[in-house]
Amino acid sequence: MAPRLHLDKPLFYALVLLAALSLAILYSASAKNEAVTLAHFVRLALGFAVLIGVAQVRPELLERSAPWVFGIGVVLLLAVLGIGVISKGAQRWLGFGPLRFQPSELMKIGAPLMLAWYLARGGLPPSPLRVAGALGLVLLPAALIAEQPDLGTALLVAASGMFVLFLAGLSTRFMGIALLGAIAAAPVLWHYLHDYQRNRILTLLDPTADPLGSGYHTIQSIIALGSGGIYGKGWLNSTQAHLEYLPESSTDFIFAVFGEEFGLIGVLLAVALYGFITARAMLIAFYAQDTFSRLLAGSIALSFFLQFFVNIGMVVGILPVVGVPLPMMSYGGSSILTLLAGFGILMSIQTHRKIVEF
Amino acid sequence: MLNIPLKDYLRETRIFNTRLGWAGIGVVLLVLVLLVRIVWLQVIEHRHYATLSQANRVKPIPVPPARGLIFDRNGVVLAQNFPVYTLEIVPEQVKDMDALIAELRELVRITDGDEKSFKKLVRERPRFENIPLRSHLNEDEAARIAVRLPLLQGVELRARLQRHYPLGGLAVHALGYVGRISEQDLERIDRTAYRGLQHIGKLGLEYAYEGLLVGRVGVERVETNAHGRSLRTLERVAPVAGRNLYLNIDAKVQAVAEQALAGRRGAVVAIEPATGAVLAFVSTPTFDGNAFVNGIDPASYRALLDDPDKPLINRALHGQYAPGSTVKVFYGLADLEAGSSIDMNRNVYCTGSFSLPGSSHQFRDWKREGHGHVTRHEAIVQSCDVYFYRLAIALGPDHMADFLAFFGFGQETGIDLPEEKSGLLPSPAWKRKRGQPWYPGDTVVAGIGQGPILVTPLQLAVATATIANRGLRAKPMLVRAHEDPITKERVELTPHVAGRVPVRNPRNWDALFADMMAVVHGERGTARGIGRNAPYHIAGKTGTAQVRGIAQGARYDEKNTPERFRDHALFIAFAPVESPQIAVAVVVENGGSGSAAAAPIARRVMDEVLLGGPAPARPPLAARAGTPLTGE
Repeated sequence: MAPRLHLDKPLFYALVLLAALSLAILYSASAKNEAVTLAHFVRLALGFAVLIGVAQVRPELLERSAPWVFGIGVVLLLAVLGIGVISKGAQRWLGFGPLRFQPSELMKIGAPLMLAWYLARGGLPPSPLRVAGALGLVLLPAALIAEQPDLGTALLVAASGMFVLFLAGLSTRFMGIALLGAIAAAPVLWHYLHDYQRNRILTLLDPTADPLGSGYHTIQSIIALGSGGIYGKGWLNSTQAHLEYLPESSTDFIFAVFGEEFGLIGVLLAVALYGFITARAMLIAFYAQDTFSRLLAGSIALSFFLQFFVNIGMVVGILPVVGVPLPMMSYGGSSILTLLAGFGILMSIQTHRKIVEF
Repeated sequence: MLNIPLKDYLRETRIFNTRLGWAGIGVVLLVLVLLVRIVWLQVIEHRHYATLSQANRVKPIPVPPARGLIFDRNGVVLAQNFPVYTLEIVPEQVKDMDALIAELRELVRITDGDEKSFKKLVRERPRFENIPLRSHLNEDEAARIAVRLPLLQGVELRARLQRHYPLGGLAVHALGYVGRISEQDLERIDRTAYRGLQHIGKLGLEYAYEGLLVGRVGVERVETNAHGRSLRTLERVAPVAGRNLYLNIDAKVQAVAEQALAGRRGAVVAIEPATGAVLAFVSTPTFDGNAFVNGIDPASYRALLDDPDKPLINRALHGQYAPGSTVKVFYGLADLEAGSSIDMNRNVYCTGSFSLPGSSHQFRDWKREGHGHVTRHEAIVQSCDVYFYRLAIALGPDHMADFLAFFGFGQETGIDLPEEKSGLLPSPAWKRKRGQPWYPGDTVVAGIGQGPILVTPLQLAVATATIANRGLRAKPMLVRAHEDPITKERVELTPHVAGRVPVRNPRNWDALFADMMAVVHGERGTARGIGRNAPYHIAGKTGTAQVRGIAQGARYDEKNTPERFRDHALFIAFAPVESPQIAVAVVVENGGSGSAAAAPIARRVMDEVLLGGPAPARPPLAARAGTPLTGE
């Protein structure tokens, strides 16, 4: 067979379209800051290069490399905590000369990769012993990341692992018990939250209670969206962002600017695009032919959706302000690379399928 | 995938597909929730929010708090805030930046460096924000700008409080400095807590005590017109100023120590043994922290980085040196404690070298002709190497490492500064881990503080203070108290015990004190030079750390060795011996011998602490008091 480029076209085009949208809205949200838009473009371009590269790798190779990727990730996390206190206090980075690198980003892929590998070896549904082992494997990196401290990423890594467990057929009884446990533990967790974190949760119940502090983000974000109406105010016409009412308008709250400028029509288009990407990713998981690929693809799909949902939920005021960026769109952070690498894995799984169907 | 039975494969497929189906339903439901909410906001409530958006005239403007001040133990200001006029630009409101800067250049002096760092900041800070083009405008310049201000769109003249270190580089390695908030800083802080603030502690105490120093940002609710311009203030929540820090450091002692080390690379750490209070924390060369406050210009930064003396390195905290003969006092105590439990003839005849049985390799004594008959006391006083070679063999490497660990070597001291180095305490287990065997020769050189062992000047000072405190090791602390600048409510930080040296016989401390005192006051003591006119009793120990190995049979020749390869000079001491008030460790890089280069520096620091200045010329204390200086 002649060598061909392994790419899943529907997914690829949807991602490119999303990237184009993100550049347009970032240009507006950053008040026409060309440097910012260009930096975002460079990150996207780099991300797509990684995506294309990863997509050419055979899933078997991915599977074999899982323990190594995971192991290296854990070692790097330990290094960050221990010796690698590189850039004056910001403990998330490891420096290699001019390059900087966040091991916690690697773990966003490393953790589901490892869990898929581990659970696929034992057959489905996983035995209680294997469930315990899997929990250990996901909680170790999550705890290390939380220790940095980077709670947001820690929770995402933990969630990506939980998705693998869920898809592997974790018993419903176990999930029920875990849910009850979580509810019981909530007051304890509450106790460990910082004041500002508590405020953000309380704000959700009544944003007007603290309109200058933590409620301010939510109020301004909702005003931005609501004032956009059906047709929006038009590109570059967001008053909320340009008159500086909306903080973090090019990062966590970029979707509010999007909704203000493009209205419901734009929002529906964006949600449809995110929905399509999620659906396509889940379909790839469905078509995948071995347990490892299925679990991994499913987890990547659901993690992507989770980030999207948490961010939009925060922008529309139904979730607390937690600082999760909108995948692909939010400026800054090094997560675009990881995200697109994940989609590269999906494409690898999709395009390296054996032709034989059972 | 095909190595599992088909039946299992189908079963796994079924399980997975069921779960994927559930997840799909979940995804659809959650998307629906979002859509319902969005339709609610954008269609049903649209008019309400459109009105709010139109009427959005009240904007919260953050009001930055004043950063806490830093004082020395006597109230001398080490870090303060200075109101300065800064010329700031909101880049998003400027059409032609180059034209604007050219226009401003005609009004005030703007260097190329100013412009460069401004443009760098514009690139780094994506958000709608004031970016300073020049700071420290004088009254004239400010007036010239103020007159033209209505014509200069996007330009603002602000009076801002800016960090200033009035004593320049004094104690810069302890204080650290503040700098502009960078993108990396933004990732680790709560951004809302820093709105309106432009600086953050980057290093040293400014970094370690950021949470106390920063204060809380206030807020002004400002009414604006439809273009976002401020009209009037409606309400104001005042900021809460940061807390003032009081240090244990005495600026005068610090200055004396820095002057004593001036022109050399080295470190001095002085500690109050009973409390762990750090009286002086010196690393030289120093540099001026003020240069970093507004972002140092690249040329000056380059110069600091390229300086062969590496002023940016914090030698007291991060410099790791072989302790040389200073370790002999710790092993001396181990010797006293071991007593008859080890096989050691304590009357050693030193011929100037030592060989292990069955080996021809010679471990030399620094004194080629040897010290003759020496006991432990004489071995410490004259720093005889051969005695300690023999002692090391008798004690064994594990015991030696364990004993040094009691004094805090090989561990962080727990000082209130970030990123402390813990040195290196080698042991057979440590070497095994690196896949290398431990040779008897390793034990021998460890006996005189050479080989892979590394200590920081801070650790040396803590260990010396531990001796002075008879085994009780206090955690070194730079900060003694913090207070609310308004209410003056003051919180004193309590000293902490970091460890304890277990001794069988407390009288052994007295013997060790006598040994160390004779180093300074004894006729043959290696540091007798600084004991001659001391009006108080000093206990000390000299040390010399080899920088470059010397071949078998060759001699170290200071004159013909390039400066960078000369030995490091070390000295540790505490005083007064009867009731120690200061313990000090001095390291002079490539300084040569500890007695000549390091001990006089320690003496000046102790004089400053105990006498408040240089000692008056007096006859030698030993001659006056006639105290016996023998041990045991």
